[in-house]
Amino acid sequence: MSKNLTEYWKRNLKYLGILLAIWFVVSYGCGILFADALNAVQLGGFPLGFWFAQQGSIYVFVILIFVYVKLMNDLDKEFDVDEQ
Amino acid sequence: MDAQVWTYVMVGGTFAIYLGVAIWAKAGSTKEFYVAGGGVHPLANGMATAADWMSAASFLSMAGLISFMGFGGAQYLMGWTGGYVLLALLLAPYLRKFGKFTVPDFIGERYYSKQARLVALICALFVSFTYVVGQMKGVGVAFARFLNVPFETGVLIGIGIVFFYAVLGGMKGITYTQVAQYCVLIFAFTVPAIFISLQMTGNPIPQLGFGGQLTDGTYLLDKLNQISVDLGFAEYTAVNRGNTVNMFFITAALMFGTAGLPHVIVRFFTVPKVKDARLSAGYALVFIAILYTTAPAVAAFARTNLINTVSNSSYSDVPQWFTNWEGTGLLTFDDKNGDGVIQYVADPAVNELTIDRDIMVLANPEIANLPAWVVALVVAGGLAAALSTAAGLLLVISTSISHDLLKNYLRPDISEKGELRAARISIAVAVVGAGLAGINPPGFVAQVVALAFGLAASSFFPAIILGIFDKKMNREGAIAGMIVGIVFTAAYIIYFKPQLGGPGTPDGYWFGIAPEGIGTLGMLINFVVSIVVSRTTAEVPQEVQDLTESIRYPRGAKEAEAAH
Repeated sequence: MSKNLTEYWKRNLKYLGILLAIWFVVSYGCGILFADALNAVQLGGFPLGFWFAQQGSIYVFVILIFVYVKLMNDLDKEFDVDEQ
Repeated sequence: MDAQVWTYVMVGGTFAIYLGVAIWAKAGSTKEFYVAGGGVHPLANGMATAADWMSAASFLSMAGLISFMGFGGAQYLMGWTGGYVLLALLLAPYLRKFGKFTVPDFIGERYYSKQARLVALICALFVSFTYVVGQMKGVGVAFARFLNVPFETGVLIGIGIVFFYAVLGGMKGITYTQVAQYCVLIFAFTVPAIFISLQMTGNPIPQLGFGGQLTDGTYLLDKLNQISVDLGFAEYTAVNRGNTVNMFFITAALMFGTAGLPHVIVRFFTVPKVKDARLSAGYALVFIAILYTTAPAVAAFARTNLINTVSNSSYSDVPQWFTNWEGTGLLTFDDKNGDGVIQYVADPAVNELTIDRDIMVLANPEIANLPAWVVALVVAGGLAAALSTAAGLLLVISTSISHDLLKNYLRPDISEKGELRAARISIAVAVVGAGLAGINPPGFVAQVVALAFGLAASSFFPAIILGIFDKKMNREGAIAGMIVGIVFTAAYIIYFKPQLGGPGTPDGYWFGIAPEGIGTLGMLINFVVSIVVSRTTAEVPQEVQDLTESIRYPRGAKEAEAAH
């Protein structure tokens, strides 16, 4: 395996680690484990923990996927492994 | 026109569209039949995936469930959307690069083993069949209520429709029909929500109206908390503190299960490139999120409206919808204290109103006094949701039989034409089988559907993830992990589900985890068993290690092809 490809895979795993950490914190953290505490804060008409659980986490999921698509498309080009 | 005529028009019109699309997109080869020729645009694939994914349960039952659960309902919202992040990041691009038709294809090839393929095949059939029976039942209920035909006739009509376009079109027909069905179902779900949001909060966007102010200036959710507490219920937005661990496990089981369901994964084989597979998962989640962020708003609107309309009002003045639903037995009033007034409260000894939560979405437009065509639209939407999911599942079942079992296991020398014929015959048998099981459901079908997620999470998810990310994962580890995971999960579920004949009671739950959430633990056990076994048995052959290496890089992705 060339050094380049090892580096590509490492970068990919780094992106995955960061994005999945956000995924976990938003849904399991803000939406479940800390929801009770966050409910003390109001976001407009929403208690914040409730908003994360029933709205916010879903918006974040969508954003995460599109960020991943962008990051990976750029990475594929940078390491010249993209599809022609 | 009255509601009945509108229903005929809406349902008839949408069905004519589906059949037209099915004829237009008839499949001519096995490749078109299994993966729609591999040339579906990511946007169309995203819509089709969304329609495939959102079943009668998402469309008809979920908002009702949330309406009665309040905060806790979030486990369904997050659980049934969060899995797409896992799909997009961890599975879809690699499986697309791998370039096969089915999940058992991947398992069989990656783990260089016919036994592994067979284990995966049995898991896939079991998961998909239990799921599809529930859909056929949903179709029957929807037809029965709104076309005023008996339940059995409703199921038979459903069988006829699915039979026609699934057998004819295969994946190609199903994919393009699902695009049409997505449009119908999302329109049908959001239109009433927009009307109601405008009525109650003056904001046309339900997601904002949800956090908006009512005409008297109080926030909707504050008002809802207030009236809930007044009637003795818990605050709508409050966290149920004793339930945190259970909610965590159920949410996780639904997420990881989503990423392990064969009928969802197979979707990412239908796009032309690895890049498209990533993007397609993103589009799918956007289309799903439109419904999933509207549903909790609908739940809160419906709950508020319901309480305001019926609580402490006189039984003799109830609106027409109340009487209609009383006729179905899904809503009952029992005037315990004989005062002629409806007492709807938390205390079961005093409460006089019982409402089946499944009717909330269907009754919601009537409760809010929306025009008859909106009510009819919701019916057409519910049917679109149930039919699109049923068709996608039936395709997985038929592919499993004709491709994985027949072509790769029993008769490898079968011709392409023979395989296509076998695929059509097995889809026909599966439709009829599922329909009959739906008419005469072994009482536990509804229970089993939710559990399909736990089984998928505890069997497929670890085997696929390890197959992609761990080059050292071998045949022995994967097979042991899948078997231990699914057996543990199934045993726990059967033991603690009285509907399945199990002796367990909620007091005996491990760590307070309900059967719906145990798939998460089963998945963790699968991971541990797989890794331990793989490190103590024979090494993975070099060519398989090279294959695992190659799926990490997008370049050179070929169109999906059959295993030889």
